[in-house]
Amino acid sequence: MGKPASSLARQAVGFMTWIDKRLPVTAFWNEHLAKYYAPKNFNFWYYMGSLALFALVVQFVTGILLTMHYKPSAAEAFASVEYIMRDVDWGWLIRYMHSSGASFFFIFIYLHMFRSILYGSHRKPRELLWVFGMVIYLLLMAEAFFGYILPWGQMSYWGAQVIINLFGAIPKIGEPLTEWIRGDYFISDATLNRFFALHVIAVPIALLGLVVLHLAALHETGSNNPDGIEIKETIGEDGIPLDGIPFHPYYTVKDIFGVSVFMTIFAFVIFFWPEAGGLFLEPDNFVPANPLVTPEHIKPVWYFTPYYAILKAVPDKLMGVILMGLSVMVLFFLPWLDRSPVKSIRYKGAWYKILVFTFAIAFVRLGMLGMAEGTPAQTIEMRIWTFVYFSFFILLFFLSKGSKNKPVPKRVTH
Amino acid sequence: MSSDGVNKERRRFLIATTSVVGAVGAGFASVPFIKSWTPSAKARSVGGPVEVNIGKLDYGQLLKVQWRGQTIGILRRTPQMLEDLNEVVEKLRDPDSEDSEQPLYANNANRAIRPEFLVVNMHCTHLGCVPQIIPQVGPQPYDETWMGGFYCPCHKSKFDMAGRVYKAVPAPTNLRIPPYSFLDDQTLILGVNPEGAI
Repeated sequence: MGKPASSLARQAVGFMTWIDKRLPVTAFWNEHLAKYYAPKNFNFWYYMGSLALFALVVQFVTGILLTMHYKPSAAEAFASVEYIMRDVDWGWLIRYMHSSGASFFFIFIYLHMFRSILYGSHRKPRELLWVFGMVIYLLLMAEAFFGYILPWGQMSYWGAQVIINLFGAIPKIGEPLTEWIRGDYFISDATLNRFFALHVIAVPIALLGLVVLHLAALHETGSNNPDGIEIKETIGEDGIPLDGIPFHPYYTVKDIFGVSVFMTIFAFVIFFWPEAGGLFLEPDNFVPANPLVTPEHIKPVWYFTPYYAILKAVPDKLMGVILMGLSVMVLFFLPWLDRSPVKSIRYKGAWYKILVFTFAIAFVRLGMLGMAEGTPAQTIEMRIWTFVYFSFFILLFFLSKGSKNKPVPKRVTH
Repeated sequence: MSSDGVNKERRRFLIATTSVVGAVGAGFASVPFIKSWTPSAKARSVGGPVEVNIGKLDYGQLLKVQWRGQTIGILRRTPQMLEDLNEVVEKLRDPDSEDSEQPLYANNANRAIRPEFLVVNMHCTHLGCVPQIIPQVGPQPYDETWMGGFYCPCHKSKFDMAGRVYKAVPAPTNLRIPPYSFLDDQTLILGVNPEGAI
């Protein structure tokens, strides 16, 4: 570094020195941004992580603003949401940002997870990174569920009824457990009030902590890349991975571009399509909660429907709940189910491409069937796709070990 | 600091015992936190009996009332409906209500004290939705030979006109029958057993 040109710059350096002796700000900046080397062959899929983080920030900011006007009581909740929509200055914007932000969050998370499956980002040495990510995903589902109760519409009420009663399927402790969760003998004011507390305090704090762990684990191992090879294994003379580029400015600029594109789409949805045809906000939720009447067609928000379809596919209460739980939990074990010596789909044989392709179709199709009316034909189809969904994990375990793969390059390709 | 003369065994023992006592203490301290989630005294006290006037109930009419936060249906069944109950027996999972929840005095063929009046907890035994009453006899999208009954929109569970569950649906047992009795010809009381009943 050259000498500081002006006294102002000199003062700035002096200030940072003063700070760094007391708090390692510069060291942190370098370790995680300016001198954190990421593979240079990132592609489209690598937008999703930073976009998810951005979505989290949007949810935090808009959420805090919403709590300033929302009333967490069964008598007032529905009206207070309408009050936000009609009477609070810009309330409609903040609420629509929050409600559609949740859906975008899940879009990013699903694509982010699918990226891992494509390029083997969950494989050794990144198993913990994946596990933390899965916990984030579970927390996010809890957060979304609690949040969906808050407007106290018909779908809020009956969705809560169905989801809480899932725990009632557990033998012996099921009934007392549901009572403990509800804090009453039915879904009531007590339930709404505690779900509000969980939605705005407990889960967000846990989420933040896990995001920190997720990033800490990521920066320990370094990012995977579309070739699924370790850039740390090819180090240049300067001790820097030859295929690595500093995260800042290269990827910060890339991510800012991604955020800009997203914000354009986000703005369009918020202004012109906030309900997304009933996908983001369901029509039944514009009717106040009524414990006496179940809506004709009850279904969860789109991001839960694949699992919901698995629940509906099983004609037995306990088995349905077990299978649904299993369908989420099995994802935790993905890093150990794939035993292939090759990480990325690019160098795996056709078997993996076929498996991943059918798995993706099964997931999407289950999601569509999960929100459908449920004719007998659809029930049969749900069973078929449920079977396909689970076969992915079993076949992956058995096919991955001895399968034929293509040679993996030493350096990244682009 | 010198570690000469440290009794390692004693130190390990002290660490272990202190940790165990600490963990037990933390366990007990967590009881109030966990207990605070259970229904409050206020919620517990709201569950009193509910009187319902059934004098104006017509044949085939279903009256919904709330009792302890649950939706209770009171259906006045026609003689035809009662007769049809025998038609569906082989399609039912638990026709004799052996695995289902009902007071002894309602554990009979019609699942009622007075055959005419079905008093039933409307919440589906699957996941708690409230099924719709579909009294018409005839083909339905979900059943070619529908004999009338209850149909749950949430997960397609089917029940007959006595709340008995069909086979091959997600609901495991028949709709529950709450405790109830008749004060007189016109009045029914929910939450109170008939005098002398167990």
